[in-house]
Amino acid sequence: MKSGDKSNQNRRLVILYTAPAMIVMALVVLYPFLYNTVISLSNMNLTHFRDWQVKGLSNFSAVLMDRTFWYFFFKTCLWTGLNLIFHVGIGVSLALILNKDIKGKSFYRTLLILPWAVPQYITALTWRGMFNAEYGTINLLLEKIAGIHIAWLSSEWGAFSACLITNIWLGFPFMMIVALGGLQSISDSYYEAAEIEGANAWQKFRGITVPLLKPVMVPAIILGVIWTFNNFNVVWLVSNGGEPSDTTHILVSWVYKAAFTYFRLSYAAAFSMIIFAFLFVFSWRFIKYSRAAENIYG
Amino acid sequence: MFAIYPILCVFSISLRPGDKLLSKSLALIPENATLISYYRLFAEEPFLRWMMNSTIISLAVTLVGVGLAATAGYSFSRHKFKGREASLLGIITTQMFPVTMLLLPMFIMLIKLGLYDSYIGLIIAYSATALPFTVWQMKGYYDTIPYSLEEAAMIDGAGPIYSFWRIVLPLALPALAITALFSFMSAWSEYLVAAVLLQDQNLYTLPIGLKQFTSNMEVAWGLYSAAALLVSVPVVVLFLFLSRWLISGLTLGSVKG
Repeated sequence: MKSGDKSNQNRRLVILYTAPAMIVMALVVLYPFLYNTVISLSNMNLTHFRDWQVKGLSNFSAVLMDRTFWYFFFKTCLWTGLNLIFHVGIGVSLALILNKDIKGKSFYRTLLILPWAVPQYITALTWRGMFNAEYGTINLLLEKIAGIHIAWLSSEWGAFSACLITNIWLGFPFMMIVALGGLQSISDSYYEAAEIEGANAWQKFRGITVPLLKPVMVPAIILGVIWTFNNFNVVWLVSNGGEPSDTTHILVSWVYKAAFTYFRLSYAAAFSMIIFAFLFVFSWRFIKYSRAAENIYG
Repeated sequence: MFAIYPILCVFSISLRPGDKLLSKSLALIPENATLISYYRLFAEEPFLRWMMNSTIISLAVTLVGVGLAATAGYSFSRHKFKGREASLLGIITTQMFPVTMLLLPMFIMLIKLGLYDSYIGLIIAYSATALPFTVWQMKGYYDTIPYSLEEAAMIDGAGPIYSFWRIVLPLALPALAITALFSFMSAWSEYLVAAVLLQDQNLYTLPIGLKQFTSNMEVAWGLYSAAALLVSVPVVVLFLFLSRWLISGLTLGSVKG
């Protein structure tokens, strides 16, 4: 009797504790998701805002047939790939340095976390100011040091690089912190054993650090890919909404423009579904792949 | 240097007198440094109003976020129930939604509910978007608190509610602090949803207000920089203060998956 009582009480507790959060998420996340699915199948736009009707998959084919979609798709993949390479590269290198016993370690660590702590939109707007061709700090510095002048924000790839640099600055602390946490959990005894066997620094890195860091880094990288792929703020704010002439977009900022500047609502809904589907498939494949790889190593 | 240079730049620009904003000098403390930008921010611009709007919204989001994440995370960590795995995976999936996917229906929904252009609309939107991450974080932290502590309390006759409030929550204080910080920051620095959901100038939050300084034809860099500093310094200090716990929280969460 007593145990039955307890499990009943437990069940009530589960419901009591979980329900509020789940309801809020369902209302604001799940319901919109379903609603979005319906809109994506409809013809809702500025002229059909209230009297819209379901008309099938034509929005999806419209998106997939659109050449700008593929163009921005390519750009988004490039954007995500480059960002992640720099984030992980810089993050892990700094973590390796900070993990050694150097003077003022915690001071440097605090300094290096700063970019993460500043609100993202402020970073983005500030870098936009720094990339200003005439008065921006970056061009002033470049002119002084190398004597070159780059039209950052007025050329397509200049603006792309500006967004990239901004986002690299923003993103490396996260990877650094995660890697640092991972490094600290690796026991020194592995390295001592390797030293006795005569392994050099590179062998130790390949043989101990990389595999043991992997379980920590893989989830962080998956999250990083998702966040970067969908990073609206940096691209939108640095390029001031896609300048010059709507070339500096990734998929999310382009779909935002379609929805809230041109009010092609159903088209934008279908577009969002496609982005989501892509990320979903990618994450699953990546998780599966990294699990499979772990099994091989035992 | 790479990490802090942009911050120094902002500081330097905020001190420049009005006519030197577009200066080509690289000096850190400009000639005739002045606090005029700060003065104008409070006297001539609705900065205080934006600050108040942002504060109200962020505090509300923090309360809702911490309350719901603390309880839901606890259930996910301690109890096995039907749909547990599925819910946890579902929560992660929400992170993959592009913003527009939620924004668009939210926009239409809030218009229909009459919550467009209101505090409540924004508070609901922010709480829901911050929740998935915070629930996972709380769950990850609870997983590290040994269950035996609660068992011992139960043997002494404590009910589950008592042991949650009196034993688990105090131990989870670092995680609660992080969750609070995360919820607060996500509302404090959110630009996009606010840009779509707010029309009324009186309701503008800080991000919308600051963006205005930079997108006018004549960019008000002095005002912008002064405001940017005032907005970031409190959260940055808080963030750095809590970062020690943040580090352990994040890595624990990711190792345990």
